[in-house]
Amino acid sequence: MHELSIADSVLEAVRAEAGRHPGAVPVKIGLRIGELAGVDPDALTFGFQALTAGTPWNGLAIEIENTPRRHRCPTCATEFRVVEYRSGCPACGAARTECIGGDELELAYVELEEP
Amino acid sequence: MNRVEVEKKVLSENDRIAADLRRRFKEHGVLCLNLISSPGAGKTSLLERTLEGFPSAERVALLTGDIQTDNDATRLARAGFPVKQITTGGACHLDARMIERALEGWRLEDLDLLLIENVGNLVCPSSYDLGEEAKIVVLSVAEGEDKPLKYPSIFFKSVLLVLNKVDLLPYVPFDIARAREYARRVHPGMEIVEVSCTTGQGLDDWRAWLEKRRAASRIKVTA
Repeated sequence: MHELSIADSVLEAVRAEAGRHPGAVPVKIGLRIGELAGVDPDALTFGFQALTAGTPWNGLAIEIENTPRRHRCPTCATEFRVVEYRSGCPACGAARTECIGGDELELAYVELEEP
Repeated sequence: MNRVEVEKKVLSENDRIAADLRRRFKEHGVLCLNLISSPGAGKTSLLERTLEGFPSAERVALLTGDIQTDNDATRLARAGFPVKQITTGGACHLDARMIERALEGWRLEDLDLLLIENVGNLVCPSSYDLGEEAKIVVLSVAEGEDKPLKYPSIFFKSVLLVLNKVDLLPYVPFDIARAREYARRVHPGMEIVEVSCTTGQGLDDWRAWLEKRRAASRIKVTA
C-alpha cells in the first residue's frame, strides 16, 4: 500500500504547478499509469480522497490513463503491445525484445480554476 | 478553466536522488544490489550465507529495511561487516532518500559492494529506484509458483531470480519448472539460481553470479 505516498508525491507536484498560478485552485488532474508501474488506481484514488478531505482541494477530480506494456524489436524495429506476457516479436519472431513503455507513473496535466 | 500540461514523473524527486546515488556508486566503484522479496522468503538468510563466504577484509556493507525492529541488522552484524538498519516506521518500501541518509558517515571509497535488503513486499519496492545497479528478487518454494505472474513488475525489473528453500521441495506442492517458466514468460532471458540457505545447496551458483557481476562492474569502472 504505497499508493498513499505516491498520492502525496502527486499532490506535491500539483502544489508546485498551482504555485505558478497564484490564486488558482486545481480541480482536476490527469495521471498516466503503466501496467508495469505496480500502482493500483483504486488505492491511489482512495489516497487522494484521504489526503484532500477537509482541504480546499477536496473533490479534486482524477483522470487515470492506463498505459499498456509496449515493446520494440531490435531486429526489425517493429513496435507492438505485449498481451499476456507474449513479448516475442509478432513480425519477425525474435524472442528478445526491448520494453519501451508500460512503466509510466506521470502527472500529465493539471486543470486549474483561475480566480 | 486553465489546463496546464505538466508531463512530469511523479517520483521525479526520488529518481533525482537515486540518479545522484548511482553516480556516487559508480565514481567510487561500488556495486549496489537491491534485494526484494515477500516477507519470509529468505533475504536475510541469503545475505547471512553470502557474508559467511567472504574473507574478513571484504569491502562490503549492508543496509536492511524493515517496518519495525533491528532484528535483521543484529543477525547480519554477526559477520563483522558494517550494517545499518533502516526502520521505515510503517512505509512498505525503501526510497532513495532513506538510502542517502543511511549512507551518511560511511566512506564509499572504502566499499566495493553495497547490499540493500528491501522491506518484505513484492509490490511497492518495484516503484522506487534506490540507485542500485540491479534488483534481485528472491522467491521461496514455500510460496506459490505463480508469483511471477501475480507480481510481474518486480520480476520484470529484476535481473536475477533466486529460488530459495529448495530443500523443502519434497514437502511442498511447488512446481519449480513452472516457476522458472512463469518468470521467463514475464522476463525473457531472466537469470535464475536455485538455492537452499539451510543446506547450502546452490549457494556456489549464487556466489558465482555475484562474482561475475562484481567483475563486470570493476571492468566498467576501469574503462
